[in-house]
Amino acid sequence: MTPELRPRFIGARLTRREDARLLAGLGAFTDDHQPARCLHVAFRRSDHAHARIVAIDTGAVLAAPGVAAVFRVQDLDPHPLHAASRMKEYHATELWPLARDVVRYVGEPVVAVVATSRYAAEDALDRLDIVYTPLPVASDAVAAAAPDAPLLFPDAGTNILVARGFSRGDVDGGFAAAHAVVSGSFRLHRKSPAALEPRAIVAEWDRARNALTLRATTGIPGVLRDAVCACLDLPGSRVRVIAPDVGGSFGAKGSVYPEELALALIARKLGRPVKWTADRLEDLAATSQAWDARIRAELALTADGSFLALRAEVLSDIGAGSIYPWTAALEPVQVVSFLPGPYRIAAYAARVRGVATPKAPTGPYRGVGRPAATFAMERLVDMAAARLGMDPGALRAANMVAADEFPYRTGSGLIWDRAGFRETLDAACEAGDYAGLRAQQAAARAAGRWFGVGLASYAELTGIGSRISVAPGMPINTGTETASIRIDATGAVTADFGMAAHGQGLETTLAQVVADRLGCPPEMIEIRQGDTALLASSTGTYASRSAVIAGGAGIAAADALRAKLVRAAALLLEAAETDLVVADGTVRVAGTDRGLSFRAIAQAVYAEMGRIPRAQREELQATETYDPYLGTAACATHLAAVEIDPQTYEIRVRAYHVAEDCGRIINPMIVDGQVTGGVAQGIGAALLEEVVYDAAGQLQSASFVDYLLPTAAEIPTIGISHPDLPLPENIGGFRGMGEGGAIGAPAAVANAVADALAPLGVTITELPVTPERLFRLIARATGQEIADD
Amino acid sequence: MTYAITVTVNGAQQHHQVDDRLLLVDFLRDTLGLTGTHIGCEHGVCGACTVLVDGLSTRACLMLAAQTDGAVVETVESLAAPDGALSLLQELFCTHHALQCGFCTPGLLMTCVDLLRTRPLATETEIRTALSGNLCRCTGYAGIVAALAAAVAARTGATP
Repeated sequence: MTPELRPRFIGARLTRREDARLLAGLGAFTDDHQPARCLHVAFRRSDHAHARIVAIDTGAVLAAPGVAAVFRVQDLDPHPLHAASRMKEYHATELWPLARDVVRYVGEPVVAVVATSRYAAEDALDRLDIVYTPLPVASDAVAAAAPDAPLLFPDAGTNILVARGFSRGDVDGGFAAAHAVVSGSFRLHRKSPAALEPRAIVAEWDRARNALTLRATTGIPGVLRDAVCACLDLPGSRVRVIAPDVGGSFGAKGSVYPEELALALIARKLGRPVKWTADRLEDLAATSQAWDARIRAELALTADGSFLALRAEVLSDIGAGSIYPWTAALEPVQVVSFLPGPYRIAAYAARVRGVATPKAPTGPYRGVGRPAATFAMERLVDMAAARLGMDPGALRAANMVAADEFPYRTGSGLIWDRAGFRETLDAACEAGDYAGLRAQQAAARAAGRWFGVGLASYAELTGIGSRISVAPGMPINTGTETASIRIDATGAVTADFGMAAHGQGLETTLAQVVADRLGCPPEMIEIRQGDTALLASSTGTYASRSAVIAGGAGIAAADALRAKLVRAAALLLEAAETDLVVADGTVRVAGTDRGLSFRAIAQAVYAEMGRIPRAQREELQATETYDPYLGTAACATHLAAVEIDPQTYEIRVRAYHVAEDCGRIINPMIVDGQVTGGVAQGIGAALLEEVVYDAAGQLQSASFVDYLLPTAAEIPTIGISHPDLPLPENIGGFRGMGEGGAIGAPAAVANAVADALAPLGVTITELPVTPERLFRLIARATGQEIADD
Repeated sequence: MTYAITVTVNGAQQHHQVDDRLLLVDFLRDTLGLTGTHIGCEHGVCGACTVLVDGLSTRACLMLAAQTDGAVVETVESLAAPDGALSLLQELFCTHHALQCGFCTPGLLMTCVDLLRTRPLATETEIRTALSGNLCRCTGYAGIVAALAAAVAARTGATP
């Protein structure tokens, strides 16, 4: 009964089963769902950064054409949510469906107006009369962290919602003994995940069953189901959350939002379907944002370039509250966790603070903590190479954790299982032609052009099991996933997962995984996901976990189901189980043409009475949960070359290569697509994308005219290589890889820009490096007089 | 105020009484149920809502339904054959992995249809520039550029 030992479908470049419907305009996105008698919700949002709500007059709204209802928070009778954490220096904040007493960022939902059309609902918003008393604003994180700053959450007694510090090894000794120390104050500005599909929700209340169906643009339907149950005080059996086709997330659709709770409550209040779809202004103002970190870091080195010790002080602007369920620790704590990167550093001390400010809450964004950590660390490594007169690639190679040092415990307590740190560095330099780019650079410099080459290496933890949570201190289990596979009476195979894809192609890749282990073609397998009705418990798709954990669960469940098929077939064929092989949807006696299709076995099991003895009849269904316990490292080196226009200061990315170790590849087309898309976001982050608030907390970048996404004209061809390397020891040999492109790219581009401008004495410590920032840096370095900001 | 319009959408003549301010994209999605056309920004930047109006690629979020009286509108739903068979362009998007979440895809397809009819697109730079009015947040554009290049090659008879 051995399955095919050599995978046939894992590793194959299968085109995606999702594509046909999406290409034909037949996708089922949340806003496409149009239930009968649906009402439409519009939110009046705060235009203050910080203010007390004195009075809300809704009288004129109800008289407006088409208006069915209007709700303030007290009209909804909600139970608030808190993002809990085991961390010591942490203050949770309350998540309400609408603002309660105080507004804390521009864009916070305050009142919900329900009408017969979205046009009517939005019209009626203007009739609301809300009286605010403005409260003091500390918009900047440094000001908000000061002891006398106005408090955003007075109950916490501080704006510092999370703080953590640690020290391992002899850090002071390392710095005292150093031949050289490099340091920098790095600034990674605030960004928006900016998925192309704005957030949307359709809530339908079934009055016959007292039950709710919530369709939402979410990557975490399982978490959202549990949150809605808590907020509405309903059992899980009465709440079904469906994440249909979801148009990108990148973390933006990975948290629980006030609007989701509000729509659920409103649907129950009205007993009618209600829909809300964000416009781009709402999405840029009230969808979770990212980063906004200040990182002061220093690295101590010996004369031969060995890293001795690392110190860091991080101040993260987490915005107005601790996001549910990930908490305010999610981003800042992981910046310091991942700062040591793939390097051997014996001594490391860090202190991190997450500060509440009156801006949209920050939440997960592709890479979480790792892009900021990689930016700071990889800049330090390049600074060190320049200081010591060493090649940046050679300095990296000398300090990376070597093959015989795994498993390696970092100064921040992460454990790296064996991964190709050195091998991906070598592969990037070779396949990306590092030597050739250096030669191009020499020629360009000789001609007076600004051309630079940048490397960035990183390691990340993926497929994280139950030993740790993906967000530090968070009590929700993010370490397991369940797969349930069944063969029905017609012989059809259905595999259910708790994941919720939003572009990753999981229907295709999970079918490849199950097909190999079950012994049938992927086309025979229907993959269902993104629906809490499928399984008792799940969380969703985030943190580069789906391939490792859901793939692992799929393997375990397929193995269990295959064993049942074999037991049934052994009875039916009167053969020994050990003589049977399963392939192509048929269980066969090895070396003969005697066999039974899945369909024939299903008919015998379910329909043909007496063919299988009662006591031995087993339902053709298996449910298995997989827990990798620890996580597995994934790593890559990015190599970028840029050229800067000396007239306009436009930065063009001229060449780009990624060499990555993501373990066994399920579908190379999908993997390379994830890498390329991640790099494009990283290039956007490095050069274009910035959420800007002014000193009063007003949002200045509330459209795609002001918040710039990269287009096809800015993104170069990305070369990708995957060196052949030993697999990790989890069940499938997979490493998570969906986020990596966005982790390495900001650092690689920053290093390339700094390298291009090294002759001018310009260094890069701030991203995005826009033409205006570049202009100021160059002017300052070359002693030109410029007007102030 | 409402207007009576007669508009041909994907080959079928539609007579409707529409509000003067009803956006074309809302008319397509909500009135006609053609939800393949998506709304990404509602201010004409992202291109997700691109449709063809009298053969020209048009942002359906920047045009009123009332303006389409007498016009011919083509949406993504018109591309596949009635039996569901995908067009060559759609097939090339699939084989070149030109889509991930698929939200920007309908607008990109309609932009490509227009480009393939009207533009030479001889070089990769021309293709990238021509696509720069449509935002995709997932793919990094590599597959889209490759799919359009292959469609250009097929158009001219060269091997894709």
